Amino acid sequence: MTLLNLCLALPVAGFLLILAIPKENHRAIRTAALAVSLLVFGLSLGLAVRFDTSLPAYQFVTNVPWIASPAIRYHVGIDGLSLWLVILSTLLTPVGVLVSWRYIDRRVKEFYALLILMESGLIGVFVALDLFLFYVFWEVSLIPMYFLIGVWGHERRIYAAVKFFLFTMAGSVLMLAAIIYLYTQAATFDYPAILSLVAEGRLRFSPLEETLLFLGFFLAFAIKVPLFPLHTWLPDAHVEAPTAGSVILASVMLKMGTYGLLRFSLPLFPSASREHAPWIAVLAIIGIIYGALVAMVQPNMKKLVAYSSVSHLGFVVLGIFSFTQLGLDGAVYQMLNHGISTGALFVLVGFLYERRHSLEIADYGGVATPAPNLAVVFMITTLASIGLPVLNNFVGEYLVLQGTAQVNFRWTVFAAIGIILSACYMLWLYQRAFFGAAPEPVRAHVHDLSPREWSAILPLVVLMVWMGTATQTFLPPIGAANARILEHTRQNVEFHVKQRPPGAASAEVARAR
Amino acid sequence: MLHLWLIPAFPLAGFLLNGLFGRRAPKLFVNLVGVGSVALSFLWVLNTLAALGPLETPHIERYFTWIQSGELRIGFDLVADRLSAVMMLVVTGVGLLIHVYSIGYMAHESGYYRFFAYLNLFMFFMLLLVMAGNFLLLFVGWEGVGLCSYLLIGFWFLKKSAADAGKKAFIVNRIGDFGFSLAIYLIVAHFGTLDFDPVFAAVRERPLETDAGLLTLVALLLLVGATGKSAQVPLYVWLPDAMEGPTPVSALIHAATMVTAGVYMTARCAPIYLQAPIALEAVAWVGAFTAFFAATIGLAQHDIKKVFAYSTISQLGYMFLGAGVGAFSAGIYHLVTHAFFKALLFLGAGSVIHALGGEQDLRRMGGLRKQAPVTFWTLLCAAVAIAGVPPFSGFHSKDAILLAAHHHSPALYWIGVVTAALTAFYVFRALFLAFFGDYRGDPHHHPHESPPVMTVPLMALAALSLAGGYFGVPAWLEPMFPVSEPAHDVALVVVSVIAGLAGIATAWWFYVARPGLADRVAAQLGGLYQLVYNKYFVDEIYGAAVVRPVVEGSEKLAWRTLDVSVIDGMVNGLGARAQSLGDVLRRIQSGNVRSYAAWVLFGAVLVVVAFGFWGGWQ
Repeated sequence: MTLLNLCLALPVAGFLLILAIPKENHRAIRTAALAVSLLVFGLSLGLAVRFDTSLPAYQFVTNVPWIASPAIRYHVGIDGLSLWLVILSTLLTPVGVLVSWRYIDRRVKEFYALLILMESGLIGVFVALDLFLFYVFWEVSLIPMYFLIGVWGHERRIYAAVKFFLFTMAGSVLMLAAIIYLYTQAATFDYPAILSLVAEGRLRFSPLEETLLFLGFFLAFAIKVPLFPLHTWLPDAHVEAPTAGSVILASVMLKMGTYGLLRFSLPLFPSASREHAPWIAVLAIIGIIYGALVAMVQPNMKKLVAYSSVSHLGFVVLGIFSFTQLGLDGAVYQMLNHGISTGALFVLVGFLYERRHSLEIADYGGVATPAPNLAVVFMITTLASIGLPVLNNFVGEYLVLQGTAQVNFRWTVFAAIGIILSACYMLWLYQRAFFGAAPEPVRAHVHDLSPREWSAILPLVVLMVWMGTATQTFLPPIGAANARILEHTRQNVEFHVKQRPPGAASAEVARAR
Repeated sequence: MLHLWLIPAFPLAGFLLNGLFGRRAPKLFVNLVGVGSVALSFLWVLNTLAALGPLETPHIERYFTWIQSGELRIGFDLVADRLSAVMMLVVTGVGLLIHVYSIGYMAHESGYYRFFAYLNLFMFFMLLLVMAGNFLLLFVGWEGVGLCSYLLIGFWFLKKSAADAGKKAFIVNRIGDFGFSLAIYLIVAHFGTLDFDPVFAAVRERPLETDAGLLTLVALLLLVGATGKSAQVPLYVWLPDAMEGPTPVSALIHAATMVTAGVYMTARCAPIYLQAPIALEAVAWVGAFTAFFAATIGLAQHDIKKVFAYSTISQLGYMFLGAGVGAFSAGIYHLVTHAFFKALLFLGAGSVIHALGGEQDLRRMGGLRKQAPVTFWTLLCAAVAIAGVPPFSGFHSKDAILLAAHHHSPALYWIGVVTAALTAFYVFRALFLAFFGDYRGDPHHHPHESPPVMTVPLMALAALSLAGGYFGVPAWLEPMFPVSEPAHDVALVVVSVIAGLAGIATAWWFYVARPGLADRVAAQLGGLYQLVYNKYFVDEIYGAAVVRPVVEGSEKLAWRTLDVSVIDGMVNGLGARAQSLGDVLRRIQSGNVRSYAAWVLFGAVLVVVAFGFWGGWQ
């Protein structure tokens, strides 16, 4: 049993354990959930310790048959791309447990059971190396989130949950079709096997085939990211979800989309990816600016943060489709950064909600006076979110824009506008919520951070500084993984070119390099 | 290894100590940490510079890799060369005096520890800015000082105007930083590194023909960054509002150090600017125009701090004028002397405000000469220095800039001379209004002199303002900027000195000899006076042309129309249609097992056909 399998199996065991606890015993349920999630987090740190960056292969691999016919295998393993995303998932799950401690007071057992089960699905998405297995995990993670929103959400929770479910399903059905089609061509669901078939030229797609397959995967991922204009499920889902749901959704689930783009879309369909990169980049840039502008005028805090996610994730997509080492490294770093800083923002907004029972910015003001520590933590998170140097987002945004500048400077110019706008919406939010004189309801209800709240938010704050200053803790495995992804996209293009007329070929090869 | 890192590390430690423990710690602890850390930093600067001696070549210390991606490596590298040595001395020296002064000025404020924590954090970032060995580390300091500026302007965050001013400063600076960051991206894309030495070496060596357009673009983008941080037209609008912050902040950040970062950066990038003559010309004209424009606004302000704020903008314009005509060392020279006399002007103004219990309006001052003699005499030293009266510090540095400007283009020289006259006028106007005539403020309030902890720094800065012209800054910087300075031309010097003296005399005539004359003249000028008094309505124009369209457009067009009505409307429409489709499909669910079986068969056939069509299971 490898460490990775333990990380996958323990949440399922935890899920069963929680089911076994009597449902009146809230304390035992919470404690069990916290213990299991902390244990998984501790184990996942072992992955980072024992991960060998110099090895150019997947590590902690398990590859055994699962279903005989069609041949579906339980094939899991991690590289530098998955490593930190797994740890991000295992970190945010205990945070989700802690922020729900008092927030969730009905159907407690079901809530924690689903939360812990979801962790398994999330980890599975990032480690599956069999396309069918990947699809299974993709759907497994979807269902608990549907219930978290639909059962423990606010007033319009049913609308939001159904919208979330339908949007995601619409995408994943197309992805399933593409996966099955790939199987019909390659006779295997095994991802490394398919990749080597493609690399060796034994599996070829016509341009039309490749475009359709690319779009099948792309749509599923783009909805999940979400890429403009497929984003409208996100604000509703976030506003209605309970705090833990928002945290996991923003921090981890959105990354499933960008992870999929990097892991599958680019290496499998390099020509189509490059061919479609221009308009995808333009959509990403529109998302960056548009998300920021819409975030600026939101009267609801969670909606504001949700639209800011659209803006931030635009940077990730832009970095991926720059096809440069810097851009890819920045994109992956930005995935982690967004998980930390936006996760922290949702945690903090949740703290405010627990006190004042409102998400409307207008109901706040002067919070800094009764809750100075909360104000400081919120300020640091705000600064991280707007990309202040020394904090984490700066590094990711810098690398993405630097990578983009090497390809198309005009993209960089427009995308960088988003950095100006991020300061506008976040500082305006901060001013309205925290500065000024505190009105009576705020003074009466808002108190400073409790020890439990500190324990949920402090690790995230520490990571903001750590990831902003000591980037070498995290970047080397990411860089190595991205270098291999880029290598794949080059190999394939060269191969693909051979089938084209000689005149077009030289131009194509030149562009690929 | 001389442990350069200790220089910024001391204030950083001070920030952490006061930030974490200051709230519950006694005041003595806060003072010791806050002021002591800057004192240690200053001493370590002196120690380092003594050890380094003449600094013929830059001394670089490399500590660790900050970011590494692909071929690009960005290190945490600190540099001590002649330019950064000057800046380190100014930042820690003037900074130390202002920290000491703050003990007195902030004594009765709540959030005392917070003030010193922010101030120390500012020192850390400012030192990082001037010691950085590459563009990105410079940018870290650059954004970091902006953050501290934001925090300190909004120090009294219960006041909406203070919070607004802080936010405005941050956002306007972000617009400038947008330009700066684009320049960084271009530099890496074309030179593959961000370290100063290789970039500048490449700039010097590569043939100009291939890179002229690129270098001009880079230099212009850097200028955009500089106009934000150093409050030049068109991005100067944040600095007057920044006066909402406590006065020591105005002195340290918004006069002596942070706002001069743009000048420092321009001088640091001199090799780029020298290969981009068009951009250099733009620097000169932006500087000259700002110098004149801001000085005219300063003529008509009633708030003593606003007068000095516009004066700062104007003097920064001088520095850019100097750099823009190729006299980088003269620009830095003026940066140094300006740090002395403008810090003094602000601290003196703070002492006046302190004496009057918070009053900042010049119309409600007067006659303070007797109650606050030390403040008066030290402020007078600053005033003669800024007015360019020989042989005091401002005379030397302004003179160097004007001579170089004349050498480059007489028009720039004359703009500078007129500005010098305006400068002398508004500074002495403020001085006369505050210290001469009769006291016009609240009769129940009794003005008093400030305590020694405030007046001693005033005296130290007064000495520097008077004698700062003899520090030999241009000669020290000479090897870094290989452009020869023009020979002394006595006639040009005489003209500028006369302009300054005329300004002082006019101020005397208007506000001491003939009180009331100023109001009559203002009334006669009518519309022109209103235009200047209202700062040319620039804030209003920006509000109507930029801020409102963006906010309202985002609200009405982007959010309510595009997002809610169009995109989400389509989604919901699709949902509704799916629902009506569902009504049709519901009839299929008849409960009849035989019909289910038929549907299953139909579906299976479809799948088989589909696989047969596209290849199928093998």
